[in-house]
Amino acid sequence: MAQPGDAIIQVRDLRNQFGSHVVHDGLDLDVRRGEVLGVVGGSGTGKSVLLRSIVGLLRPRAGSVTVLGTDMLHAPDDRRQKIEQRWGVMFQDGALFSSLTVRENVEVPLREQTTLSARTRVALAELKISMVGLPPNACDKYPSELSGGMRKRAGLARALALDPEIVFLDEPTAGLDPIGASAFDALIKKLQMTLGLTVFMVTHDLDSLHAICDRIAVLAEQRVLVTGTMKDMLKVDQPWVHEYFHGPRARAAGIAED
Amino acid sequence: MACALAQHVNTGRGRRKAAAIARTPPTAAGAKAGHARSARTGVRQDVRFSTRAPPGPPGAMTLRLSGRLVVACLEEARARLPEPGAEDATLDLSDVEAMDTAGAWLVIDTQTRWRARGKTCDITGASPQHTELLEVVRRNIPAKDVSTKPRNDFFDWLETVGRTACSGGRKLIEMLGFLGAVVARFGYVTAHPGRLRLTSLVHHMQEIGLNAVPIVSLMAFLIGVVMAFQGAVQLRQFGAEVFVVDLIAISVLRELGILLTAIIVAGRSGAAFTAAIGSMKMREEIDAMQTLGLDPIEVLVLPRVLALILVLPLLGVVADVMGLLGGAMMSWIELGVSPGMFQTRLHESVDVWHYAVGLIKAPFFAVIIGVVGSYEGMKVGGDAASLGRLTSTSVVLSIFLVIVADALFSVFFAIVGV
Repeated sequence: MAQPGDAIIQVRDLRNQFGSHVVHDGLDLDVRRGEVLGVVGGSGTGKSVLLRSIVGLLRPRAGSVTVLGTDMLHAPDDRRQKIEQRWGVMFQDGALFSSLTVRENVEVPLREQTTLSARTRVALAELKISMVGLPPNACDKYPSELSGGMRKRAGLARALALDPEIVFLDEPTAGLDPIGASAFDALIKKLQMTLGLTVFMVTHDLDSLHAICDRIAVLAEQRVLVTGTMKDMLKVDQPWVHEYFHGPRARAAGIAED
Repeated sequence: MACALAQHVNTGRGRRKAAAIARTPPTAAGAKAGHARSARTGVRQDVRFSTRAPPGPPGAMTLRLSGRLVVACLEEARARLPEPGAEDATLDLSDVEAMDTAGAWLVIDTQTRWRARGKTCDITGASPQHTELLEVVRRNIPAKDVSTKPRNDFFDWLETVGRTACSGGRKLIEMLGFLGAVVARFGYVTAHPGRLRLTSLVHHMQEIGLNAVPIVSLMAFLIGVVMAFQGAVQLRQFGAEVFVVDLIAISVLRELGILLTAIIVAGRSGAAFTAAIGSMKMREEIDAMQTLGLDPIEVLVLPRVLALILVLPLLGVVADVMGLLGGAMMSWIELGVSPGMFQTRLHESVDVWHYAVGLIKAPFFAVIIGVVGSYEGMKVGGDAASLGRLTSTSVVLSIFLVIVADALFSVFFAIVGV
C-alpha cells in the first residue's frame, strides 16, 4: 500500500505538440496521494491538454506518465484499464450522455465495470447522486433539463461512481455563480476528505485555489513553472505568476494582501 | 460450528480478496482457529475463522466481515451475507481492510434489512475512518421514494394516447403558424425586394437542385426501366406491347417522377435544413440573430423554401425526362419498341396534361418539405439528442405529408377531370 504523501501520478519530460505548435516541452509534475492539486495557467498553456495526456485521451509525443506505479504509455491494455478504473474524470460541462437520465448516467460505469445486480446499481447510483448534493427528483431528469451547476454535480457523481482513488476535474467551477462555485468547492473538499480522494483540478478560479487546493502547479513556458502552496506562489517573481496571484482578482479573493 | 469463506475474485480492480464473512451462529459455543486453502482458485490464502464466542445473549449472532469491502467485490459479499433470520445480529467490521462508499452502503443496507424484520443489527469494530464514511453514506441514502406509486396500466396507456393526440394537434397548429409566418415574411420581402438574400438563395438552389441532379436522374431512369420491364411482362400476354408507352408515360409524368423526386429531396435537403438550422439553434446563433435585428425566418427559412420552390419543378422535369429515357430503352431492348415508335406513340396518346399535373404538384411539395424541415430545425432544444430525433422526424413527416398531399391532388384532379 502506498504511503500518504507519495507521488500517485508522476509525469516526466512530457512533450505535446500539435503540428509545429509545441504545447508542453519537458514538463514534470508529481501529484501526491490525498492532496488537492490545482493546475493553473494562462489560456492556451495546455492545462486541459495536460489533463487529457494523463488520462490517456491524448498520446503525448514524448515523455512518461506513471499513475499508481504503472507506466500508462507502455502498459498492456488490460493493465491500463485496471488503472483507469481507479480514477474518475469530470469534464467541464459534465459531459453527461444526453440520451440517458442522470441516474442512468451514473449507472454507466457501474454497469460496464462491475457485475452488480440492477437493484444494487440503482441504489449506489442514487447514493452518489445524493452525495453530490442533487435532490432525489433529479435522478430521472435528462441532462438538458438541468442547470449548468446541476450538470456539473451529476458529472461528478458519475466520476465518483466506482469510488475512484483519483479524481480529475476540468474547470469544476467555471460558469457557476459565486455562491454555486463555493458550494461546489465545499462539496469537492468534503468528498475528498471523507473518501480520501486525490484530486487533480484544472481551474482558473482563484477562490477555489485558495479554498481547497493543498498545492498549486503553474503551467507556463511549456512546462510546470512552479509548484507549491499558495504562500509559495506569492513569493514567485515570474511576471505571469506575480500578476496572477497579485492582480485585482487575487486581491478580491483575499489572497494577496498588498 | 463456525465457518468462514474467502476467495479470490478477478473482477474490477484486479485480483483482490473479497470481503470474507465469518458467521458465528448462536449455537456455536466453542471457538476454533485454523487455516485453509482456497480451493477454487488454487491460490494459497489464509482464511480466518472466527475465534470468538458470540458476545451477545442466545438468539444473536455475529457476522464478522474481513478483507476488502469495495465495489469490485460487492456482489460477492452481498451474496454471502445471510438473509435476516430470527436472530438479532451484530456486524463486526474490525477486520475490514478497506471500505468504499459501496461497501458502506452494503453494511447499512444489511442493517436496514435486519431492522425491517424487527431485529437489531449493531455495527461494531469499525475504525474511525470507516465510521465517518458510514455516517456520510447513511446521511445520503435517499429515503424510499414515494413518487413512483403503482399505476393502472390501462389508464396509463389512455393518458399516453391522449397526450400524444394533444401534442400532435398542437404541433399541427404550430406548424400552420410557422407556415403563416413564412408566408407573411415572403409578402414583406416581395414588397421590399432588396431584403431578399440573393446569394443565399442561389447557394441553396445549387445545393438542393444542381447537386441533386445525378441522384434524381439515376433514380428516375431506373424507375422507367422497372416500369417498362414489369409492364412488358404483363402486356405481352395480351399482345398489347405498345401500350407500355402509355403505362410509362402516364405513371412517370403524372405520379412517380415528381413524387419520388420529392421524397429524395425530403431525405436529402429537408434533413439538411433541420440539421443546419437545428445546430444553429443549439449554439444560440438564432437567438444572437434576433438580438442583432435579423429575422431568422427571413435569413434562414425563406431562401431555403424559395430555392426549393424554384428547383423542385426543375428536378421534376429532369426526373420525367430520365424516366421516359429509361422506359424507352427498356422497351426497345425487351419489346422491340424502337425509340421512333416510342416517340410517335408518346405524341399521339399521352395528353400534355399528364405532364402538367405532375409539375403543378411540385411547388406544393416544395413548400411542405421546406416548411417542415425548417420548423423541425427551429424546435431543436439544447441537447444533441433532440437534433438527431428531430432530423429523423423531419424526414418522416415531410415524406408523409408529401404523400398525403399527393393523394389529395389525385382526388382534386379526378374531380376537375384532368
